[in-house]
Amino acid sequence: MQASTTTDHAADIDKHVRIYITVFVTLMVLTIVTVAISRFHLPVPIAVSVALFVATVKGTLVACYFMHLLSEKKLIYAVLALTAAFFVVLLSLPVLTVHDGFWIR
Amino acid sequence: MDIPYTVEVRPDTGLTNGKIGIWLFLASEVMLFGALFASYILIRTGATTWPRGDTILNVPLATFNTIVLISSSVTMVMAWASLKRNRFGTFRMYMGATILLGGVFLVVKYFEYSHKFELGLFPSTNNFLAIYFTLTGLHMLHVIGGMAVNAYFWGPGAKLWKTNPEWFTNRVEHSGLFWHFVDLVWIFLFPTLYLL
Repeated sequence: MQASTTTDHAADIDKHVRIYITVFVTLMVLTIVTVAISRFHLPVPIAVSVALFVATVKGTLVACYFMHLLSEKKLIYAVLALTAAFFVVLLSLPVLTVHDGFWIR
Repeated sequence: MDIPYTVEVRPDTGLTNGKIGIWLFLASEVMLFGALFASYILIRTGATTWPRGDTILNVPLATFNTIVLISSSVTMVMAWASLKRNRFGTFRMYMGATILLGGVFLVVKYFEYSHKFELGLFPSTNNFLAIYFTLTGLHMLHVIGGMAVNAYFWGPGAKLWKTNPEWFTNRVEHSGLFWHFVDLVWIFLFPTLYLL
C-alpha cells in the first residue's frame, strides 16, 4: 500500500512538472506577443489595454500554476480577495483626479 | 521550544503557519507595488506629454531579462518538485540555476542603469525616469532579497533536509512563492515601463 501511494505521489508530481513546462512555453510565447504588439504603435488606450490584458494572462498563469493557487485553501483565497479589493481601490484613486477631480471636491 | 505548525497544518486555518505567513506578506507587497503603480498612473495621466518607454529604454535587454526571470520561476518550481520527489541533488541543481538566473537579471540591470547614467539620465531628469528607477530599483531589491533566501536554502539552510525534509520542502515552497511574486511584478513592469 505504501509503495502504491509513493508511486501515485511521484506520478502526481510528474504531471505537475509537465504542466510547468507547458506554462513556461506559453509564458515565452506571450512575452514575444507582448513585444510584437508594441511594434504596431497602436493608439495609447488600445496599446495599454492589450499590454495589460496579456500581462494579466501571464500573471494568472504564474499565480495559478507556479504558485499553486488553483489548489489553495479558502483562507488564502479570502486573504487575496481582500487584497484585490484594496488594490483596486488604490489603483482607482488616480482616476478620481480625472477632470481635476471636480466630482470629489 | 519548536515552532508550531511548520509541517502539520493548523486545524483552524487548514494551513501551515509558514504558508499563511508568506501569503500575508505577499498581500502587503501587492499594496506596496500597488501604491507605486497608482503613483505612475497619477503622474502619467497628469502629464501633458509622456515618452514611449522604447524611445528611452532598451527593449531587447528588458525582453531578455523577462525571459531570464520567467525561466528562473520554472527552475524554482522544479527545485520544489525535486524535493517532493526526494531528489536532493536535482533540487540543488535547479536552486543553483534559479540563483544564477537571478544574478544574470541583476547584471543586465547593472548594464542598463550604467548606460542611462553615462547618458546623463538620472531619476531627477524627468518624471518618467523617476518612476522608472523607483519601480525597477524596488523590484531589484526584491530580486536581491529572494536570491539571498534561495542561496541560504541552497547552502547552509539545506542541512534541515537531513533532519526534517518535510519542513525544508515547505520552506523552499514559501521562498518559491516570494520568487514567483517577484516574477509576477516584472511581468507587469515590463510592458508598463518599456513598451507603452
